[in-house]
Amino acid sequence: MPAPIAKRPLLPTGLRLLNWSLGAWTALVFLFLYLPIAVLVFYSFNTSKLNVVWEGFTFKWYAALVENTPLLSALKNSLIIAAVATVLSVLIGTVGAWLLHRYRYRFARSIQTLVCIPMIMPEIVMGISLLILFTVSQLELGFTTVILSHVTFCFPFVLVAVQARLHGLDPALEEAALDLGATPLKAFLLVIMPCLLPAVISGGLMAFTLSLDEYIITVFTNGLESRTLPQEVFGLARKGLNPMLNAMSAVFIVTTIAFVLFSEYLRRLAAR
Amino acid sequence: MQTLPGVNPENPHARRPGLAGWLLLAPMIVWLLLFVVAPMAILLVYSFCSRDDLGRVVFSFTWSNYARVFDPIYLQVLGRSVLYAAITTAICLAAGFPAGWFIARQRAAVRNRLLLLVMIPFWTSFLIRTYAWITILKSEGLLNATLLAARAIPAPLEMLYTPAAVMVGLVYAYLPFMILPVYGSAEKLDNALVDAAHDLGAGPVRAFSEVIIPLTWPGITAGVLLVFVPAIGMFAITDLMGGAKVAMIGNVIQNQFTKARNWPFGAALGIVFTLLFVLTYLALQWRGRRART
Repeated sequence: MPAPIAKRPLLPTGLRLLNWSLGAWTALVFLFLYLPIAVLVFYSFNTSKLNVVWEGFTFKWYAALVENTPLLSALKNSLIIAAVATVLSVLIGTVGAWLLHRYRYRFARSIQTLVCIPMIMPEIVMGISLLILFTVSQLELGFTTVILSHVTFCFPFVLVAVQARLHGLDPALEEAALDLGATPLKAFLLVIMPCLLPAVISGGLMAFTLSLDEYIITVFTNGLESRTLPQEVFGLARKGLNPMLNAMSAVFIVTTIAFVLFSEYLRRLAAR
Repeated sequence: MQTLPGVNPENPHARRPGLAGWLLLAPMIVWLLLFVVAPMAILLVYSFCSRDDLGRVVFSFTWSNYARVFDPIYLQVLGRSVLYAAITTAICLAAGFPAGWFIARQRAAVRNRLLLLVMIPFWTSFLIRTYAWITILKSEGLLNATLLAARAIPAPLEMLYTPAAVMVGLVYAYLPFMILPVYGSAEKLDNALVDAAHDLGAGPVRAFSEVIIPLTWPGITAGVLLVFVPAIGMFAITDLMGGAKVAMIGNVIQNQFTKARNWPFGAALGIVFTLLFVLTYLALQWRGRRART
């Protein structure tokens, strides 16, 4: 159904011109954001190894990707780390958001500030401080240390996403469940949780993506045997042009687009 | 993650937590104390330590690490990092503010679509997006090939590994981080206020400086914080786009923990950087409070 066209007030010429140039400017900004990505994806299908001259269409770089052992093992490491970090982040973040909403804690404001610090703190400072912590406590750098670090900056994003959803939740909901004889745990799992689910999932997606893409904190807190995909990508990008890296980027970009669209779908579901 | 959260909304049904309430929250608080507060404290301690010839940390109090930060060499690096980050922020603001504003002024359907278009680069790994520019700027890259084919230049230009390339990389990485928060506060702004300013005789410039800027200040603040601070410490983009030629404070810090193995000095640089971050934050807050009054 076409939306009814709103009758716009006639703008003075100057303002209309301003509006038009704002639109043109925005178009340029989008061009700037998308042109390099488009070029990257385009050349992933090029036969030539040198990336510049178009010689013909091929899927061979994608095939090479599947056979590249270091890349695949880095991908496996990244997926393991992101999966574990996401599960822990969702657990800590959801429970934390619910508790901060349900109770009036003393120092609630300080706790909230503390939660926000890992989100805005410079990554490099977080990286080196965690590296020193792990060294002092004699934890060997590897999966454990990376996962601990990733959870630290991922769970606040889940917490905030769930908190935003709790804003709109009817506070009487839990009371009603309790009045009807549910235990607090049951009320949380059967009544509150289903309402929070879209936010929990989109927060989880956020945590997963953040963990998967994280490079800076990982560099400081990771050992050799658990090298992640971004570390591998950095190494390859540093060496120069490599069509296989184009192919891998294309796969990543498509995955990101799918994630963003799914998140948006969840957001709309929650807004209903 | 568009907006930084405020404090827990006043939930009228919220009650004082009992022991169980505190016990349930304890894991999260312990986690934050262990992995945010404690590391910062140890970092601070380390920054006053010295190191022996083998690079091991010796726990004896010294100011020398901080004295070294003010060595002209490092001051220059620090100054350059702040300058590059400031230029990056200025370009992102100049490019991103009109875009964020424009998107916020559209009909809901158009707005959501445009917003998705910002979200995609926002969530795409910055390493991949930096690599995209490498394929364009490298001497055997796309731009040089195009210029050569057009006979605009006689030989390939060295475009990668220049300060300009670093700037392009930084702006490209951080632009979505400016557009989103600006959009967030522009969307909340009531159009009637801008109209009222016009009706009361304000020209576009005055309406902009006295109505639009103060009302979108929270978004500008968040955007500047999300661009300026990470850009100062970024070492991956400067490494990839600048080679070893354009050293930034992030590269120096990373070096102390890898090759140079001077952790106390690296820790001191980290503390100075944290102070810089806190100062930026406070300055923006202070300016915001003044803008509102």
